[in-house]
Amino acid sequence: GGGSPRLVLWTGPNVVSIAVRGPRFRRLKIGAGHRLDVKASGVFVLGIGHGNKLLTDLYNCHLTKVYTVGGLFGKATDDFSDTGKLVEKTTFDHITREKLERILAVIQGTNHKALLMYSNIDMKTQEAYELAVKGLIRPMGKSPPIITAIRCLQFALPEFQLEIHCLHETQQYLRKIVHEIGLELKSSATCTQVRRIRDGVFTLDDALLRTQWNLRSIQDAIWDCQLKVKTELEKTLG
Amino acid sequence: MALWARQGCRWSCLLKTAVAAEFARGLRGRSSSTAQACRGFAPLALLPSRNYILPWRLQAYRHVSVGSCSPPDSAEDGSFSSPESNLPSLVKQGQAKAEPLPDLNAKILYEDWDDIPPSSALEEISEEEAVQIIAEPLLPLQSSTLRDYVDHSETLAKLVHLGVDLSQVEKRQKAGQLLLTLDFEKDIRKILLFLKDVGVEDNQLGPFLTKNPYILAEDLEALETRVAYLKSKKFGKAEIAQMVSRAPYLLLFSVERLDNRLGFFKNELGLSVKKTKDLVIRLPRLLTGKLEPVKENLQVCQIELGFQRNEIQQIVFKTPKILTASKKRLKQTFDYLHNIMGIPHHMLTRFPQVFNSKLLRIKERHMFLTFLGRAQYDPAQPSYISLDQLVSLPDEVFCTEIAKASIQDFEKFLKTL
Repeated sequence: GGGSPRLVLWTGPNVVSIAVRGPRFRRLKIGAGHRLDVKASGVFVLGIGHGNKLLTDLYNCHLTKVYTVGGLFGKATDDFSDTGKLVEKTTFDHITREKLERILAVIQGTNHKALLMYSNIDMKTQEAYELAVKGLIRPMGKSPPIITAIRCLQFALPEFQLEIHCLHETQQYLRKIVHEIGLELKSSATCTQVRRIRDGVFTLDDALLRTQWNLRSIQDAIWDCQLKVKTELEKTLG
Repeated sequence: MALWARQGCRWSCLLKTAVAAEFARGLRGRSSSTAQACRGFAPLALLPSRNYILPWRLQAYRHVSVGSCSPPDSAEDGSFSSPESNLPSLVKQGQAKAEPLPDLNAKILYEDWDDIPPSSALEEISEEEAVQIIAEPLLPLQSSTLRDYVDHSETLAKLVHLGVDLSQVEKRQKAGQLLLTLDFEKDIRKILLFLKDVGVEDNQLGPFLTKNPYILAEDLEALETRVAYLKSKKFGKAEIAQMVSRAPYLLLFSVERLDNRLGFFKNELGLSVKKTKDLVIRLPRLLTGKLEPVKENLQVCQIELGFQRNEIQQIVFKTPKILTASKKRLKQTFDYLHNIMGIPHHMLTRFPQVFNSKLLRIKERHMFLTFLGRAQYDPAQPSYISLDQLVSLPDEVFCTEIAKASIQDFEKFLKTL
């Protein structure tokens, strides 16, 4: 929004010109952070004005994002989500939580190998070991989507919910993962919900609801997150 | 005194390029006489009949902008500012007044011929005189905003004092041009008095004119005929005032058009005369808006949403805004209410205000209630939640009264969607 028309009447010459100017702010430069597609929901970071530069810096930090992904066994669709065209229906009674968690461990293992490869770190050195212990290894350049951690939050046949920590992902990639999990378990699965609960340093608690999209709340939110962003940028980019 | 002479020299440049044939004789070549001639014009600026002089000066300005004789950014005297103030308002009008001008000026020209010694524009002036020259920029002949003219036009100044937002008006087609050509005392005042007579409040005049500046160009008798027509249709004075305030374009419609539209609503909706009038008083925008979308909305309600004709009449009478709502939104809201929340047609007829509220709000609140297990919309069952309470209550009241939860819980739930 902008200011109301400046109807301030002062005495002296040029009295009226000031009152005719119209709203002071007509345009704001707003930039968006990591993409969130139409079917997904969750934390979406926007930058205003100078914040756009900070957004670029945050992008170069390559921080992980955390999603909760909901899935449904027994159906397979063409676009891997529950609004797509049905392709196949299967049984799912044979699936248990242990089987699911075994598959998740396999996924995490293969992704960890990819993580090390794209991070360009020689694993035989001491510093690599220390970084790995602290969990600070991550690719600082372009790479295909990598899942750094995945676990099962809820399991109630046919529904299940996963928490996925990932880098350089798209939401469609996550839906594909759900589909592939279904295939690995000799059944089929579609994704019912993709929700980002964390984007780098920003969490759901920092997020503003639609009812809070006003100047005051936005100003407060920017103020509260300032320190976090600054610390993270200094730590990573130096 | 020397100041006037210098001004005269600049005028001499202008005169040379002016295509005023009356002055051709006196102006060619002789700088001394032209200086004197121009010197004669300086006092003319102070004559009360300056209205006659200005169109001539206007021609001079025009040629300045076309030619390149005297650069507009050079220092010009303060005496220029007073004639400039009436320039824009006479841009379109003043042509007819040019005729009496030549005789007047020619006479004075020859009278003052031998008075002042010539001085050239390149003569050096002392510091005090230089400081006394007031340079004001020329008024632009063309501009895309009214801001440039506002300082010099008392019409615009008075409109701003009334409360008209000129930055909105200038965005409309030709409205800015219209305002510049009108004179406050002669034209605008009687329209304003008429509006006050009809019943528009004083503090509403500004916003009214912001939305509908074209009314200032209307003929007063036509406006009065239209008000008389409305009165003949038994609309009360207060009701007419309300309708005019809320639909500023209403009085721009001719009597036949108003009649057609009232007839249209009566026939399409099948309501009685009294009810149609009531509808139009509550939503006067119906009369000024397009009629095609209204017809289409009625079709949608009947065919796609499946309401009976008497149900439609009831709905429209309670919430006339449905007639101007977007069809897509109407369909989406109905789809959610009927198919997902499971609300039957007769309940929707009883509470048509749900169609006016945002779909997202309905969705969020319904999902919250389902999560709590309180989504009960059937009046026959216990702990029934009425639809109008679902949509119209503000968030805090909704949470505490209806959902029996705290607003923090509601917000946390919303973040899980």
